Amino acid sequence: MKKTLFDKVWDSHIVKSIKDGPDVLFIDRHMIHEVTSPVAFLGLKKRGLPVLYPERTFATADHNTPTVNQHLPVADPLSRNQLKALEENAKIHGISYWGLGHKKNGIVHVVGPEYGITQPGATIVCGDSHTSTHGAFGAIAFGIGTSEVEMVLSTQCIMQPKPKKMLITINGSLNEGVTPKDVALFIISKLTTSGATGYFVEYAGEVFRDLSMEGRMTVCNLSIEMGARGGMVAPDQKTYEYIKEREFTPKGKEWDKAMTYWKTLYTDEGSIFDKELTFDGTEIDPMITFGTNPGMGMSITKAIPSAKDIEGGESTYAKSLAYMGFSEGESMIGKSIDYVFIGSCTNGRIEDFRAFASIIKGYKRASNVTAWLVPGSHKVLQAIKDEGLLEILENAEFKLREPGCSACLAMNEDKIPAGKYAVSTSNRNFEGRQGPGARTLLASPLVAAAAAITGKITDPRTLI
Amino acid sequence: MAYDSFKILKSSVVPLAIENVDTDQIIPARFLKATERKGFGDNLFRDWRYNQDNTLKSDFVLNNPIYSGKILVGEHNFGSGSSREHAAWAVYDYGFRCVVSSFFADIFKNNCLNVGVLPVQVSSDFLKIIFKAVDEEPKTDLTVDLPSQKITINSTRESESFNINSYKKENMLNGYDDIDYLKNIKAEISNFASNTPL
Repeated sequence: MKKTLFDKVWDSHIVKSIKDGPDVLFIDRHMIHEVTSPVAFLGLKKRGLPVLYPERTFATADHNTPTVNQHLPVADPLSRNQLKALEENAKIHGISYWGLGHKKNGIVHVVGPEYGITQPGATIVCGDSHTSTHGAFGAIAFGIGTSEVEMVLSTQCIMQPKPKKMLITINGSLNEGVTPKDVALFIISKLTTSGATGYFVEYAGEVFRDLSMEGRMTVCNLSIEMGARGGMVAPDQKTYEYIKEREFTPKGKEWDKAMTYWKTLYTDEGSIFDKELTFDGTEIDPMITFGTNPGMGMSITKAIPSAKDIEGGESTYAKSLAYMGFSEGESMIGKSIDYVFIGSCTNGRIEDFRAFASIIKGYKRASNVTAWLVPGSHKVLQAIKDEGLLEILENAEFKLREPGCSACLAMNEDKIPAGKYAVSTSNRNFEGRQGPGARTLLASPLVAAAAAITGKITDPRTLI
Repeated sequence: MAYDSFKILKSSVVPLAIENVDTDQIIPARFLKATERKGFGDNLFRDWRYNQDNTLKSDFVLNNPIYSGKILVGEHNFGSGSSREHAAWAVYDYGFRCVVSSFFADIFKNNCLNVGVLPVQVSSDFLKIIFKAVDEEPKTDLTVDLPSQKITINSTRESESFNINSYKKENMLNGYDDIDYLKNIKAEISNFASNTPL
């Protein structure tokens, strides 16, 4: 029988199938962080269960961590307590722990690939919806709830009905100034935030083949924002080159053995998907969102659509625009902004900082803009220094912060004040996501850079 | 954690006629800092329920005393966004045992089933009928009958069937969770693991 990439990985991890119920799926690698794991560990304690395979779980601290003065004790007592709980739980159960101050610390979905925890053909879960990021390597990776974190810790399995399959093909190539973030925001704007709910997506076509691993991660990361549980790209030479010689990838004969398996990971010709969508890469412009969900995005040059052209509830649409302080028919170009945030598991990798630096080089930060530049990990931070990007940033009056999730979800001190506009390379523009009352405009690192030096929404193509 | 079993629930409802309600609205990230499952109900819909000075927002439905009950009726694409199970805990801890919508986000739906909140997906037509009935009579009550998989507006007897897979149904009816099941197939899991390199 012809199988898709998704079928091949899913089917090979089924421990048992339950009739009219879920599959019991074996999880190869499990990542945990401080926010969604403490109650799971409490659950284990109540049941008197151990962690079954501690070597398959990896802990990092990221959601709560400050992005300045990480060498000092964490000021917020609740955050400090949660970070301490993760450290203690990891220690009790023999789980590797990359806490604050550890040289491998960073955002869970940035460090996983960096150290080779993420591999093709693996099943990977984490109590975080952006676990879909790891699908860029041809893994089945998705976010789970805390009950499921407890399940994986205690049994290394979760119980899930097999999702439907969707193929999104983008042919052709991307125009100048168009980044992987724009590709993802474009797809979400076409599908809406619920358009892929119930599906697992495979991304195919020349555009995805041409993307770097970082770019594929950005697109897979945002799969959840169209409602999909996850998204994946078939592994290829680029994938193997990226993971080779990383700490947790197989070495020597084990590598050869793994390669034999990885080379079988592609969708057989003639496989059936439940839904197929095809786009052309040249249709895509630099994108920006104007509303309060990631589906409310458009080409940066367009005007905000009117409610009658939008599917769904008019009152919800009106509420959303009122929150943003925008009106139907307005152009986004030229709107004044207050904050710029570069970072997150979506766009906190080295390629994103290279893109940002390419635009701001030779300019100065606009005086009305507060910019928070937060690398996804210490490894990214080091690369920024090694590649000479730090100098470019500092010459343009930008400062670099320390790694973490930061203003993406504003669990730490990095909160956008109420009513202020932030051009953000993160993943969600929900009401209050970046701080109570904050107004988020999702965009690529290039659009964010153009906003950072002009103080307003600017088409980055005018600066290239 | 096991939860109370769910069989038949008869209750009035709280109607929330907003689409794409995301889990950041259900519980904002700054309230996710607990290390125990305690007090999440207090922060359910925090920023829609309270002003920044912690006074109540009178125009939000949860603050309207004419609506009450154990059933939350939401709109299309309820629970999108983050995987935080805290959202399902907040719904449960506030006192809801059932959420009705025409479409649920995937992870939220799963989380609800895992914590003992029954997500009932109805057709958009039936959802409209429920909203209309509640609009006309705020004390309208519904019966959610899990054994027969049926939701009924008691005053008019209008009803619709809903889907749930038989495994999850059995769990809800008995208050079991997945770990109870997985513990019983330990040998199969360890056999699988021994053939699966790290």
